[in-house]
Parts: sequence; structure tokens; C-alpha cells
Amino acid sequence: MAVLLLAEINDGVLSVDATAKAVSASTSLGDVTVLAVGATAADAAAEAAKIDGVAKVLVAEDALYSHRLAEPVATLMAALAADYSHIVAPATTDAKNILPRVAALLDVMVLSDVTAVVDADTFERPIYAGNAIQTVKSSDAKKVITFRTSTFDAAGEGGSAAVETIAAGDNPGLSEWVEDKVAESDRPELTSAKIVVSGGRGVGSEEDFAIIEKLADKLGAAVGASRAAVDSGFAPNDWQVGQTGKVVAPELYIAAGISGAIQHLAGMKDSKIIVAINKDEEAPIFQVADFGLVADLFEAVPALTEKL
Amino acid sequence: MKVLVPVKRVIDYNVKVRVKADGTGVDLANVKMSMNPFDEIAVEEAIRLKEAGKADEVVVVSIGVKQAQETLRTALAMGADRAILIIAADDVNTDIEPLAVAKLLAKVVEEEQPGLVVAGKQAIDNDMNATGQMLSALLGWSQATFASEVDIDGDKAVVTREVDGGLQTIKVNLPAIVTADLRLNEPRYATLPNIMKAKKKPLDEKTAADYGVDVTPRLEVVKTSEPAVRQAGIKVESVDELVTKLKEAGAI
Repeated sequence: MAVLLLAEINDGVLSVDATAKAVSASTSLGDVTVLAVGATAADAAAEAAKIDGVAKVLVAEDALYSHRLAEPVATLMAALAADYSHIVAPATTDAKNILPRVAALLDVMVLSDVTAVVDADTFERPIYAGNAIQTVKSSDAKKVITFRTSTFDAAGEGGSAAVETIAAGDNPGLSEWVEDKVAESDRPELTSAKIVVSGGRGVGSEEDFAIIEKLADKLGAAVGASRAAVDSGFAPNDWQVGQTGKVVAPELYIAAGISGAIQHLAGMKDSKIIVAINKDEEAPIFQVADFGLVADLFEAVPALTEKL
Repeated sequence: MKVLVPVKRVIDYNVKVRVKADGTGVDLANVKMSMNPFDEIAVEEAIRLKEAGKADEVVVVSIGVKQAQETLRTALAMGADRAILIIAADDVNTDIEPLAVAKLLAKVVEEEQPGLVVAGKQAIDNDMNATGQMLSALLGWSQATFASEVDIDGDKAVVTREVDGGLQTIKVNLPAIVTADLRLNEPRYATLPNIMKAKKKPLDEKTAADYGVDVTPRLEVVKTSEPAVRQAGIKVESVDELVTKLKEAGAI
């Protein structure tokens, strides 16, 4: 049994955290071969080779893979599939875009957002916004899986896998990249941050979101937001935590002015410690919070920032 | 150009789901069902394309139990022209997998020859986020997932996608599959006169067998369980107490 793992690479840089978490999720399934695909992927491949548990790294570097459009990357992965029993990736937007396409090309189902590996055919995954956990056994010859990274520990460094260059696959010629609008951020990346401070509708405006950001900066935390805050234009959409945004499981999650709707809880209820600051003591967020403070966030958040 | 929109009947997003005590699944008996929220956005986008003169017909399709025709009527009341219902399950507890759904949709596409398929990015019941991508693979078409903006430009579509670091714009050849993200639009409500009119719009009923597609699941559900319950927390009285507790817990 062998595993082909799509490394998470953005603009030639390996996302070590996401990739290393997917590696640790995969090692019980067989020898892990990491696939580094991109317009520039050699540096990322060298980084991936250092992850503990990686047996081999394949590099496919070609202009065709610039911005990792789904059609050419899926074509390449399907062509490589013959030697592997499991084809996996961390559940990022990149992988969610590509892996179901790979699965259909191979005529197999995909297992999305897997949170636990029971055995080589059996996996756990959350359904209904995380309100139920389904254990499923695949009867497919090949398993195509995305792993929810927030539930696995990152594999350490110390590996020294061989790096092998492979030829680019066919070009389906169906799509082209136009532009990226990358949100500027000096803060830690939301999905891998140890601490996350999130604001909701209660924050009231884009200007007032600054008090959330100030607390986050004090703690060296990433900033998150509820859907209400994003829809109201208080925060950019890539800060959204929840069923349709990002799923996080930090050591500490501070929710300020967030009621705690099912869809938001789906993205953060596996956090180790949850703190809720809300003036409505009936808010559902208090049912999952380890420490709840019923208070006006405009007083409590600056006071908290001050005291840290 | 014809636009095809797949819609799914799912448990209403406001309902707190209950896992059955015997672990066989989620209790769907007597629970409010609605159109998957992402599919409402997809229907809305298709109707807007029609209103903008970029599309001339909007066909909606749903796969599942007979009751899914209510979902199709809702889409017709929003402004879709015609509906196709493919009955593939006798029981609401049978969720047809994305691969089987994609195969059925591929057959519908063959018959209907749409220029564009707009689907939701994921269904809020199985949370798979796969059907659109799978359909696109089976047809050999281009795909534009998690769309927050769609602009038809001749024989191409320019689509802005919500990706991890921000937004990405791509240009895809038509025909294409687009999957709608939350921020694509604000779906309209069906008005009462339109709900009445929708009852007269055509709704074709088919079965999975009509299309020769095997809907046997590839993934056997071994069990469905409750997620781990969090320990009840405490309410603190002040910011000072909160800081003390967080320090004690080693969180800061």
C-alpha cells in the first residue's frame, strides 16, 4: 500500500503545517510519496523531503501548473494513480477543488474532510456542520481523501526523502488564471494559529474591528470572523470561521460578539479552550465556552488587551 | 444558452440535527426540509443570467426522493423555467453519493445540452463539496468552484473564486461547471403569485434507471455518532478573573 499526497504549495512556497499534518494522517496507510506541483515547486519539494515520514517526493514543475488550476493538476494526479492505493491531500480550497475531480476521473468516491483514520478502508468524517460524525467504509479500489488538518498533529522535521523530477502531464487547455487578490496579513495563518480571536456582528463596524485586531496582536493570534461580520463588511471573507469558511482548532479561541450559530460552531468547536465575550447571557456560544464573560465587548476586549 | 441548476432537498439549516440512538444515522422523520442554501444561490445566479439576457432558459434538476419536487417547485417559483426530478431513493435516509449524482447529472447534460451548469459549492447535510467537480471531470469540462462573481464573456466565463488566501480570478471555456459560494448573491424570495404560477410549470419525473446509472453507494456508513460533548464551562465575573483563569489553564 502506498500513498500519494498532494503538497499544499502557494506561489512556490510549501505550506509546511498543512502538508505535515496530512503526512501524519497518512503514515498509517503506507509509504507516503509527496507530490509537489507548481510553476515553481523545487524549493517546496526540498522542504517537503524534510518532513518526517515522507518516503519520496515527486516534483512536477511546469508553467502548466501555475496557480494549480484543477484541470491540469487532476489530469496529472489521475495519470500517477496506478501505483497508489490512497490519494490524499490536506483539505484546503486548493485540494477541495482538485481531489473530487481526480476521484471522478478514477471512477471512485471522494472522502472529504476526514478527521480520523480507522483502518486503510474506514474513516471518520463530520457531517451536518459537525453535528454528527459518520464512520464510512470505502469499497473503492482507490481511496481519494482530503484530511481536515485541524484534527491531526503536524509531522516533525528530520526526514531526508529522495526527490525525483517527473514530466508534466497533458494540458487539457480548459482554463487560465487571470489574477489573485491576496489579503495582506502579517499575522499567523488562521488555520494553523495557536490562538484565534474572532469578532462577530456585535463588533458593529469595520472601524471597531480594530479592537479585535489589537487583542489578537497582543496575543500573537490570528483574527477570525463570523459570517455576519463578513457579510456586513467588517472583515474580509477569508477570515470567516465556520462550515463555509475555515475550520480551526487552536489552543485558545476567543469569540467576541458572536452568538454561536450552528454554522459558526462547526468551524471552531474543536478548539482546546473557548472564551466567549457577549452581552447576551442566553447566547448559544456560552454552551460551548469554557470561560464565558457576560459583558459589553467594547469594555471587556480593550480591558483584556490592557491586562495581558 | 441554457443553464442547468442542480438543487438538493436537505434538512433546514436552522434545525439542530439529532443523531439516532442506534447509530444508524440522523433523525430526519418530521424534520423541516428546505432547499440547500448554496443551491438557492445557484438558482438565483442562473435567473440573473437570464434577466441579463445571457441565458434563455433555466432548467432545475433534483435527485432523491419524490418529495424533492417541493424543492423543484421552489426553484420554479424563484424563476426557473422547467424542472426534472430523478427519483433514485424510496427513503429520505438514503443520501445518493456525489459520484452517482454526478453520473446522473452528466446524462441530463447530454440530453439537455446546457452551456453552463451552476451548482452549490456543497450540501449542508453531507458537507462533501464534490459533486460539481466530479460532474466537470465526467464531462471533460472546465470547472470554477467557490464562485463569488460570474461574468459571461462570449464563449468564456470569467469567475472570481473564494480561495484560502483571498480571491482568485480565472477564465474558463464554456461549457463549464460553476459552483456557487455564499457571497455570489442574495437569493430572492418567491412571491405568492409566483408560487401559484410555479405549480403550472413543467416538471418531468424520471428514475435513475431511465438513465442507466447505478446509484449503489461506494461508501458504506458503518455508524453515525454524536460528536464529543464539551465539558460544561464556567461564567467569570470580570476581565481580571478571566485573565487569572486563562493563566491557570496555561492558555496565555
